Amino acid sequence: MAGSPVQVTGTVLTTRRVEAYHALTVVAPAVADRFRPGHFVTVGVGGPYTSMLTRRAFAIHDVKPDYGGTVEFVFSVRGPGTAWLADRRARDTLDLVGPLGRPFPLPRDPCTCVLVGGEYGSASLFVLADVLQRRGCRVDFVLGASSADRVFGALRARRMGETTTLTTEDGSLGMRGEVTDVLAGVIADARADVVYACGPMAMLRGVTRVCVEFGIPAQVSVEQSMACGVGICMTCVVPVIDEDGVTRMVRACTDGPVFLGERVRFDDVGTIPFDALGAPGGRHG
Amino acid sequence: MAVDLRSYLGHVELPNPVLTASGCGGTGRELAQFFDVTRIGAFVTRSITMAPRAGRPTPRMAETPSGMLSAVGLQGPGVEVFAERELSWLAQRGARTIVSIGGGSVAEYTALARRLADAPGITAVEVNLSCPNVEDRGRVFARDGSAAAEVVASVRAATRYDVPVIAKLAPDVADVVSLARLCVDGGADALSMINTPLGMSVDVDTMRPSLAAGTGGLSGPAIRPLAVRCVWQVHAALPGVPIVGMGGVMTGRDALELVLAGACAVAVGTALFHDPYACQRILRELEELLQARGFDRLADAVGLAHRPAGAGPRNRIELEESSL
Repeated sequence: MAGSPVQVTGTVLTTRRVEAYHALTVVAPAVADRFRPGHFVTVGVGGPYTSMLTRRAFAIHDVKPDYGGTVEFVFSVRGPGTAWLADRRARDTLDLVGPLGRPFPLPRDPCTCVLVGGEYGSASLFVLADVLQRRGCRVDFVLGASSADRVFGALRARRMGETTTLTTEDGSLGMRGEVTDVLAGVIADARADVVYACGPMAMLRGVTRVCVEFGIPAQVSVEQSMACGVGICMTCVVPVIDEDGVTRMVRACTDGPVFLGERVRFDDVGTIPFDALGAPGGRHG
Repeated sequence: MAVDLRSYLGHVELPNPVLTASGCGGTGRELAQFFDVTRIGAFVTRSITMAPRAGRPTPRMAETPSGMLSAVGLQGPGVEVFAERELSWLAQRGARTIVSIGGGSVAEYTALARRLADAPGITAVEVNLSCPNVEDRGRVFARDGSAAAEVVASVRAATRYDVPVIAKLAPDVADVVSLARLCVDGGADALSMINTPLGMSVDVDTMRPSLAAGTGGLSGPAIRPLAVRCVWQVHAALPGVPIVGMGGVMTGRDALELVLAGACAVAVGTALFHDPYACQRILRELEELLQARGFDRLADAVGLAHRPAGAGPRNRIELEESSL
């Protein structure tokens, strides 16, 4: 079945440092074959007798046809699991499951797209930009982070994008501030039809707010901690307004990670909104 | 020769002893992407409640050494949507389905059992006794043997006679054996253990509890010794009652450990989060281990660790060859 995820033991092809981040390229033809922009993979960490049971989820940064198909993902070291991953070397094996999640929906006709990335969330935007450009879309980039070494892929964005705007909170690269401070200007200048965004939850909330003002859709890829990535652990839920207008707690891994921004109740993330379906003391059925 | 892996829950025959643990297999559709859910012994659903439930706020999960804490809060669509969309999907595929039910009162459990009584495709009903009793200031049913027995008895009465009722027990109770005995006296045809004991972790960076709910259920290999202890004690006290053993089963060896302690079937939970193919792998490993130890039947290994020290493995008595 096309698009259904598989579990593979992949061999690490290359490891590299990119600014403050790590990138691993793994030979995994079955995952690469099924990949579409926006998909993610989960990685088992710690080896065969690991004490770390939850899988780590990473957006796929790039897919290449070498060795039958490779996938690359980008991560930052945040704990013992990602520290173990950062210690992997070429020819080590990794337990991968993927591709997972709903990919970015693509426009039917050529249009102008602004791609917004925060921190290493921008990693998943370049393959998307590639697909959009092949469909005749104009692509503009807005990338931001706390400091220059945490902006991922600025060079590649400059090469691919019609325009590229960079922001850092400390002003060490591009404009001082956040991506949401410059987004309105970029949308207006490019006459954008759609915004794609990937990054921290707070940034996605800001991006969605700007897009609502312009009346254009924002396709946001949310980041939520998860244990399994395949939809069975029920730990990665976010409050999302469904097509019938009812808020449901939906899984970021299988119902997302890409959502229409205006549907996500960003202000209520981390809570159960009182009007969500099945909320305590709330609406029943 | 292939090992006879058939397992019996009451009078219901399962082709093999590997089940999914409640709340760890989603709706069945998610795992069906990886393996055929009809090939495992039975698919156990998440605990179904009467009304839809949104569950607990996030974060719902925290990784701990060799385990994880989770507080999902029985998120689910409610029994009507469950029967319409999830149970019928499983039934259509021919999966053996054990429906787990959870309620806040004896009346809710009874209503659930009654609603499911004539739904097709139910192999057994599992009663999740680790739900807070709203009529007893939120004390969980499993902590109060008489309330647990009352729930089991009323579910037993509302369920069709040919559908076994399984009582699911938690390990963090004063005396798991007396709880088990009360549930069996209440009419439970089988027992499953263990549900997750309550745990907690504090994030030292945010200096707040790691889970939004504060406490959560601990699962994974960290609790396997607890599971083995409970299965051992209950099998010793009630040798005739079928036990579904669970708690941190990651490999065939772990499954065999529970079988030797007295479980006639084994459920796989947290391992599925790590490895979506875990059920099939564990089944294969268990069969190989039984074969290597010279067993013809899984049933011969159940509770074998209870034999006196020095005694050899139990052998089947060949009646035809008896000289008496």
